Amino acid sequence: MTGGGALLRLHLRRDRWMLLWWVAGIAVFYWSQAWGTEASYPTQGELDEAAAAMQGNAAFIAMAGPARALDTIGGQTAWQAGAFGMILTGLMAMFLIGRHTRAEEESGRDELIRASAIGRRTPLLAAGLVAVLACVAAGAVVAATLSTMLPWKGSVALGVGAAGAGLFFGALTLVAAQITSSTRAVYGAVGIALGGSYVLRAIGDVAGNGLSWASPLGWGQAMRAFSGERWWPAVLLVGSAAVLGVVAFALLGRRDIGSGLRAARPGPSSASRSLGAGGWGLAWRLQRPGVLGWLGALALVGLAMGTIGDDVEGLVGDEGLARDLLVAGGSGAFTDQLYGTVALMVGLGAAGPAIAAALHARAEEDAGRAELVLSTALPRGRWALGHLAIAMAAGVAGALIGGFGMGLGYLLVTGDASQIPRFTGAVGIYALPVLVLLGVTWTLYGLGRRWAPLGWAALGFCVFAMIVGRTLQLPGWLLDVSPYQHIPLLPAEPFAWTPVVVLAAIAAVLLGTGAAALRRRDLG
Amino acid sequence: MTDTSPAVQIDGLVKTFGSVRALDGLDLHVARGEVHGFLGPNGAGKSTTLRVLLGLLRADTGTVRLLDGDPWKDAARLHRRLAYVPGDVSLWPNLTGGEIIDQLGRLRGGLDAGRRAEAIERLELDPAKKARTYSKGNRQKVALVAAFASPVELLLLDEPTSGLDPLMEAHFGDLVEEFRAGGGAVLLSSHILAEVERLCDRVSIVRGGRTVESGTLAELRHLTRTSIHAELDRVPDDLRGLPGVNDLDIEGHRVRLQADSDRIGAVVEVLGRGGIRTLTSTPPTLEELFLRHYGDDPEVAR
Repeated sequence: MTGGGALLRLHLRRDRWMLLWWVAGIAVFYWSQAWGTEASYPTQGELDEAAAAMQGNAAFIAMAGPARALDTIGGQTAWQAGAFGMILTGLMAMFLIGRHTRAEEESGRDELIRASAIGRRTPLLAAGLVAVLACVAAGAVVAATLSTMLPWKGSVALGVGAAGAGLFFGALTLVAAQITSSTRAVYGAVGIALGGSYVLRAIGDVAGNGLSWASPLGWGQAMRAFSGERWWPAVLLVGSAAVLGVVAFALLGRRDIGSGLRAARPGPSSASRSLGAGGWGLAWRLQRPGVLGWLGALALVGLAMGTIGDDVEGLVGDEGLARDLLVAGGSGAFTDQLYGTVALMVGLGAAGPAIAAALHARAEEDAGRAELVLSTALPRGRWALGHLAIAMAAGVAGALIGGFGMGLGYLLVTGDASQIPRFTGAVGIYALPVLVLLGVTWTLYGLGRRWAPLGWAALGFCVFAMIVGRTLQLPGWLLDVSPYQHIPLLPAEPFAWTPVVVLAAIAAVLLGTGAAALRRRDLG
Repeated sequence: MTDTSPAVQIDGLVKTFGSVRALDGLDLHVARGEVHGFLGPNGAGKSTTLRVLLGLLRADTGTVRLLDGDPWKDAARLHRRLAYVPGDVSLWPNLTGGEIIDQLGRLRGGLDAGRRAEAIERLELDPAKKARTYSKGNRQKVALVAAFASPVELLLLDEPTSGLDPLMEAHFGDLVEEFRAGGGAVLLSSHILAEVERLCDRVSIVRGGRTVESGTLAELRHLTRTSIHAELDRVPDDLRGLPGVNDLDIEGHRVRLQADSDRIGAVVEVLGRGGIRTLTSTPPTLEELFLRHYGDDPEVAR
């Protein structure tokens, strides 16, 4: 393990801001749930009512986790924040490990490091240590901030759960980084594991059949923060993380540096017709895995949401209260309102593939590959349009597929196919705010490639404003900045043309501005 | 293709990035059928110039003509007639070399299958491997094959052999020669002087974003000194103080000196009066030319 200290310091030096934002963001997420609950239910009576309304609700349980001690602020916090908080620490650990292992190998920087006086296992160890430090820091800060307003024991249990989930998924990333030879594939594999863990615990929590024990997120929730804490499930998280770590080190000994466990196979020695001659084929070939992955994920999320079915009203004790809690606004039948809210969430997700695909153009520019392509007869405008068209199509398709998935899920549970077009339309209409966000991203990219990732920040703001904005009682004008605010909550609210036309016009102006700016600026 | 305008014509090109003046009044002229060496140390502005020529960067001031058009406005049209090989070739890791060659060729408007096969064979590239597994030299070969297999009039090559082994460098030289023989023009940025001396008809030397010297190798050599070693029966008295003689070093009957290239005749005449026993003269190499422009400034020479 020679040179580990120096390497660890290098990593920490490179990651300091990233670590700070991750840890602070995770802590704020947990803390805001506690704060929001306290603000929403100032008296114990109100909290008891809410708890009674939520306890038996399968949809809530599927989304958040097993209902325990919901009549306490702590119980509510653990319930609302637990699963998502663990996913956040898992993502943090995944990105940290991926960044310092496979991404470094792919870029060739790892070779430079390994050529110095450094042990064969040191880079793996140093990457692992960064993730361990980050997870422990996140857990500690979560526990410390929560314990200012909640009992310390439960706060610590939540912190330990968050840290443990981070360790588990970090260690899983370490293993994946040994097996596959591309960073993208590492993130894809761990992302699927994260999503799978969430689904397993959702099914297990609703059905009560023990399936939650197959999910690391379930282990974290089995610690029962704020309702008679149990500490031994933490051992499952940390222990399995340790086992995965050992597996990763063992795999490292069996492979060549720079490649995965599988040797790279040769491919075609000439280009197929499908790669085309106009730049579109190439753009699609490059974007295909990412776009299809996003669309698949949106379809699955939609499907899962659709299976809530129409029994919600029976499950919810007090409809008025649940309405307050769950629904983003509007009036009408409760089921419709609930689905309106779900459609909004899927619609927010549909911006993901659009922004990611737009930023692919930037990645091509950063890597210098845009330069190579633009030295051919492909005009700059068409090169950009190739990526933009894929981004637009991905966003629209994401909304439609998410809605279709919802309808399909509903069909599976109720046997009623009539909701498929309704849900497809209800989510599909969010293609408009998605295109507005894409327009914002494209304009930023046109102004300069370093601004482009702020497109994610724009989406982050919309998610924040639409999901917690009302609870936090943000001012109306601030909510109005989010294009999602102006879309009627179908199917609960009636369809309206005005926002559709206005948002379409705004999107067109932004996309046009971005395209024009991109044509004028220096590239490469 | 009756267009007879020069391949590249740059006058007074200025390009700034923020407060950094990358190009500061650069001139560059490349004629048809000419291999033009573009010399300069790292950071002199060679790659920036090539990017302006490709229409990736916009010139601040100065005139830039590429073939018969404006590289910024007519980029796509002009690019059908040229091929570019970047200095640091970055490829799509999940595509094979062969796929990338074909894709670049198609985007350029066509590829000569015969020349493609020939270039692949001569540069010994395995086109079935994924770009992820290529070394720097192999990535460069992919870009070179794509360039040489295209029916173009102009090649823009940015340090194209920095990753190639000497044998491949020789093959590369042959490909360039053949391209020129077919009437094509080449702008070859490099700091491998032997390569430039072997391949180039004319040379432009840049420093700090400005052209400091431009001309044929013969013309440039004129500006420099030839070193002369002679053994004489006796050393003529008037050798000392003769115009055009520098660094004179007399050791008994042996004379060493540097003669200005335009004064060699006069110097040899004086030496002849002393009765020459042996005489060697070494013409200036490009290296000396180069060092003359960079060697005196440690900051630039590095």
